Amino acid sequence: MKAVIEIEHLNKTFGDNHVLRDFSFTLLEGENVVVLGKSGSGKSVLIKCIIGLIRPDSGKLLVFGKDVPTLSHKELDHVRSRVGFLFQSNALYDSMTVRENLEFPLRRHRSELNKEQINALVMEALGNVGLEHTIDMEPSELSGGMKKRIALARTLILKPDIILYDEPTTGLDPITGKEISHLIRELALKYHTSSFIISHDLNCVNIVADKIIMLIDGTCYASGTMEQLNQSTDSKIKTFFE
Amino acid sequence: MAFEAIKKVLAEAGDIARFTARFFSEAFRPRFEFTEFLRQCFFIGYKSLPLVAITAFIMGLVITIQSRPTLVEFGAESWLPKMVSVSLVREIAPVITALICAGKIGSGIGAELGSMKVTEQIDSMEVSGTNPFKYLIATRVLASTFMIPILAVIADAVSLYGGFLGANIHGAVSWTLFWNQVFETLQYGDIVPSILKTYFFGFAIGIIGCYKGYNSNKGTEGVGRSANSAVVISSLLVFVIDLLAVQISDLLNLT
Repeated sequence: MKAVIEIEHLNKTFGDNHVLRDFSFTLLEGENVVVLGKSGSGKSVLIKCIIGLIRPDSGKLLVFGKDVPTLSHKELDHVRSRVGFLFQSNALYDSMTVRENLEFPLRRHRSELNKEQINALVMEALGNVGLEHTIDMEPSELSGGMKKRIALARTLILKPDIILYDEPTTGLDPITGKEISHLIRELALKYHTSSFIISHDLNCVNIVADKIIMLIDGTCYASGTMEQLNQSTDSKIKTFFE
Repeated sequence: MAFEAIKKVLAEAGDIARFTARFFSEAFRPRFEFTEFLRQCFFIGYKSLPLVAITAFIMGLVITIQSRPTLVEFGAESWLPKMVSVSLVREIAPVITALICAGKIGSGIGAELGSMKVTEQIDSMEVSGTNPFKYLIATRVLASTFMIPILAVIADAVSLYGGFLGANIHGAVSWTLFWNQVFETLQYGDIVPSILKTYFFGFAIGIIGCYKGYNSNKGTEGVGRSANSAVVISSLLVFVIDLLAVQISDLLNLT
């Protein structure tokens, strides 16, 4: 399988705070990888470096073979059109309806589409998350779980090759969190996407992960399947699974 | 302590200057976000119109009622339309419009962009292949720059109408006489500089609101702080620009 994300010796500091230290990792095509770590361990910084929202201090960060920190705006936009990002806070545009939220990335990246085609893609995306009836609603009228599903639909609408999830189940009740995790798994299978998921929710990890990376003190402390890490005798790893 | 405060103010002034420079470098290069610009014109212009019109009407009415006794004392009651029209058109209507807009638009932009920032909507926009500076900042600053002069012209007209009613509360001035005196008195030198300065008011209100909102941090507390400081700084800037505009038009003999 081809590597879609390759990270080597990535470093990022904020003042005296060394958030990422020599972090290395590879995401393969079709793989679902979960990065597990405590709050403040640098998970969100890592994912934002991948999408080019934060510039790393040093190291190599290749997405589809392109070195993200060195790309021009235009090149970065092209890479971003193939990478979906589900924000922790959903980041739905408050001033737009659900339909407009979903149309927004299409109008930016797929300007060749006509109104009917855009409408069909919006309905397909909403169908995927089972929320067709919310099309003319505003984000403020939706529950937390619905917002997350709509945000997921918006992320999927461009049919990206990779989806980055920043703590997709945070702030949701356990049942809704489980539903979202299953949805992530189903959609990854349906669209053959690679998923890179930041989380500290073990339920989500259990459902979604093919492979887990333990991010401790800014480094890739350990990696493996849920079973392998569960059997680890390392105290730092054990604390996550106890 | 005082040195630290001065250093902070200067650093912020530098940041605002950099932000303004970025606006000029990004706003006039394609791609133009014309639809968003029109949407902002609607919100900033049309939605502010009732508030600006009511305030202008009241100001016209009050200024006329307040000025009348003094003019009567000097036997110059017939000068009332002339005096009121010059005060309203040159100074009161543009400045009141700008202050109302600093409160309504400045705080609105500051709070909206601030909340977009803390809820990652601005990052989301960037990830969607949209330059958030062009989409959010350029459109709002341009809309504010173009809409506030229009609001100020409407405020001029409405406040003069308020002045006409004010003149007729205790006296009797015919519609024709009032407007004849108004147009006889007002020169291009009264109208043009007063409209020109409103473009600067609009720009200042837009850029400060956007700067404060776009650089908002510290969560929801930061949003409130952004909205508040956007109003305070843009109101202060309105007076500074007004002072400069008066000095410049005085130097150019436009008054």
